[in-house]
Amino acid sequence: MLFFSYFKELVGKEVTVELKNDLEIRGTLHSVDQYLNIKLENTRVVDQDKYPHMLSVRNCFIRGSVVRYVQLPPDGVDIDILHDATRREARGA
Amino acid sequence: MATGPGLESLVDQTISVITNDGRNIVGVLKGFDQATNIILDESHERVYSTKEGVQQLVLGLYIIRGDNISVVGEIDDELDSSLDMSKLRAHPLKPVIH
Repeated sequence: MLFFSYFKELVGKEVTVELKNDLEIRGTLHSVDQYLNIKLENTRVVDQDKYPHMLSVRNCFIRGSVVRYVQLPPDGVDIDILHDATRREARGA
Repeated sequence: MATGPGLESLVDQTISVITNDGRNIVGVLKGFDQATNIILDESHERVYSTKEGVQQLVLGLYIIRGDNISVVGEIDDELDSSLDMSKLRAHPLKPVIH
């Protein structure tokens, strides 16, 4: 649940999602669900010349199971809060 | 459970599905479920290659199993019709490696 809650905090921020097929999609985080499926708005593929497959897509749904990395904005991470939440989760609270 | 990024808003819209084996299928979303299984109507596959422009293969009514889906994109009709598919050259997408 921690990562679900964590991603919900990041809604509205600009992120880059790297998929397990090497495609990198940048966009504004619109929503997340319990499977960590992600919806992005105003998307663009990072290397559009190499990957023109999504040129006519501006909003997309990414299945959680194919996400390799999510690159976050530095100001989207509050390390202290994350530490506390991690310890709380580990204690099972 | 909180409302997440469901596909409700895309029903009856033209969407582009990228599958785990690297295919790109475009069609009208008619239905979906929790596992991202998808029903597509009037679908066609867009086949990318470096040798020639994008080929469009007619598929018709399709059900795609959620396991095999990577991305569901909402197609912007204006952008899509401004693209000259016959001039687009690209390698097919790589398959997903879990």
